[in-house]
Amino acid sequence: MKDFDTAELERKFQEKIDKDIKIEPKDWMPDDYRQTLIRQISQHAHSEIVGMLPEGNWITRAPNLRRKAVLLAKVQDEAGHGLYLYSATETLGADREQTIDDLHSGKAKYSSIFNYPTVSWADMGAIGWLVDGAAIMNQVPLCRCSYGPYARAMVRVCKEESFHQRQGFEIMMQLAGGTPEQKAMAQDALNRFWWPSLMMFGPNDAESKHTAQSVKWKIKRHTNDELRQQFVDVTVPQAEMIGLTIPDKDLKFNAETGKYSYGEIDWTEFWEVVKGNGPCNKERVDARRKAKENGEWVREAANAFAQKRALKKSA
Amino acid sequence: MNTLFEYTIRLADDSLILGHRMSEWCGHGPILEEDIALTNIALDLVGQATSFLAYAGETEGKKRDADALAFLRFDREYKNALLVEQPNGDFGMTMMRQFLFDAFRKPLFERLQHSSDKQLAAIAEKSLKETKYHLKHSSEWVIRLGDGTEESNGRIQDALNTLWRYTPDLFYADEVDQEMQQQGIAPDMAAVYADWNATVQHVFQEATIEIPSNNWKQTGGRKGLHSEHMGHILAELQYMQRAYPNMEW
Repeated sequence: MKDFDTAELERKFQEKIDKDIKIEPKDWMPDDYRQTLIRQISQHAHSEIVGMLPEGNWITRAPNLRRKAVLLAKVQDEAGHGLYLYSATETLGADREQTIDDLHSGKAKYSSIFNYPTVSWADMGAIGWLVDGAAIMNQVPLCRCSYGPYARAMVRVCKEESFHQRQGFEIMMQLAGGTPEQKAMAQDALNRFWWPSLMMFGPNDAESKHTAQSVKWKIKRHTNDELRQQFVDVTVPQAEMIGLTIPDKDLKFNAETGKYSYGEIDWTEFWEVVKGNGPCNKERVDARRKAKENGEWVREAANAFAQKRALKKSA
Repeated sequence: MNTLFEYTIRLADDSLILGHRMSEWCGHGPILEEDIALTNIALDLVGQATSFLAYAGETEGKKRDADALAFLRFDREYKNALLVEQPNGDFGMTMMRQFLFDAFRKPLFERLQHSSDKQLAAIAEKSLKETKYHLKHSSEWVIRLGDGTEESNGRIQDALNTLWRYTPDLFYADEVDQEMQQQGIAPDMAAVYADWNATVQHVFQEATIEIPSNNWKQTGGRKGLHSEHMGHILAELQYMQRAYPNMEW
């Protein structure tokens, strides 16, 4: 049984949350709340950083100077998001290096979508349009998350994500309206990224172990299935508008509800990729680990230099 | 020969090819903050390349725009200095390459911003602001790595030993430069060299590293005679435009 003080603190904590008062780093919070946030925010940070790799794969091959500059700027934004988010985990007492080591050891997860390869230029369009589009659905409600630093970081992140989503859609629109080769390239990218994008919202509500408590704490405002439905309803008309076909034979518009019903997601594939058995899981984590290992001597040198200069100053 | 075109293309290709090299770092930097910085430098360089190429296209008058020039020339038509096409190597090699280049670009743009050619002057003025940041960043890293650990000192010294032979190519001057200088378009390369030399001497002293005694000069970039690396850069850079010709992206 919890002692009286803890119970009282928890009551006051929940009262604040119910009144939509933000929780700040120095406020008392239940340990589970802290751990849930560290897990969620660091996963989000890892997703931004690992997410740089599939798009980084096309920077040197971007088809024109404008697309190259936009893609560079976009991937740079993602590094920036990673940086804010790691900082947000630090306000909860997490250690950035430890958090990153957890990614490299496979203990910490990141969005599974980045374990799929980017094999054509159209994938830059599909990722912006679908993956950033899905991320926005997930992240807009987080701007009202109960934890202050996370909510504030998300306001900025969402602004940039919406630019990313638009540039992705613009690439797809250009391709879909282009030559037959370009249109085929766009359709192929949609075929490959559609289902993994739906999986980005996580397991069905009945299977999701974290949802109920997170909703109560206002870390999460909507369930996985609600957000997934919202994404489908927004995205299907966009595909129709540019003349691409969603690869789902069961997709149907329901005039009564105004929503689309869609086919069954392949959850076996989802869990396999989460477990590490996706097409690029190993390559992604290896690339991140290698970046850290190759940078070790640089970080050591920077520390040694800083110490030397500090000594010189105090001498 | 259209000397203004030729002169502008040399400026453009330095930015284009170094921007390409720097963009290869994206997602692989030694720390997140540096990943952002390296990508930022790449972005600045691609922006500079775009401005110079667009102007080169105008002066040429053959209806080639910045993209046509960036993606659809043959290898001998690229006129960047050999230094900028050298592979990234480790972070020390990348920073040394960047430093040797930034220390050259800053005094060049400081003078080029007063060029009698208004368009080149405007691009130089804008690029100078970026170049000052790049030089601050790269010279700080050269010093930090040089005066850091024994390992980092060894690595940055190796980088200098490898890249030093390519520095004379930055200052290679032929009839193009002479004509441009006579017209008040291009600055005096000897003055740019003097500034560059002062900067590198000062930074290497701070970094406790030494200029190699081997004075071998490798040149050819301004005449379009490149190292073996260049073909591979172009294979990537031009891939989409070559595989899918005449399309809008």
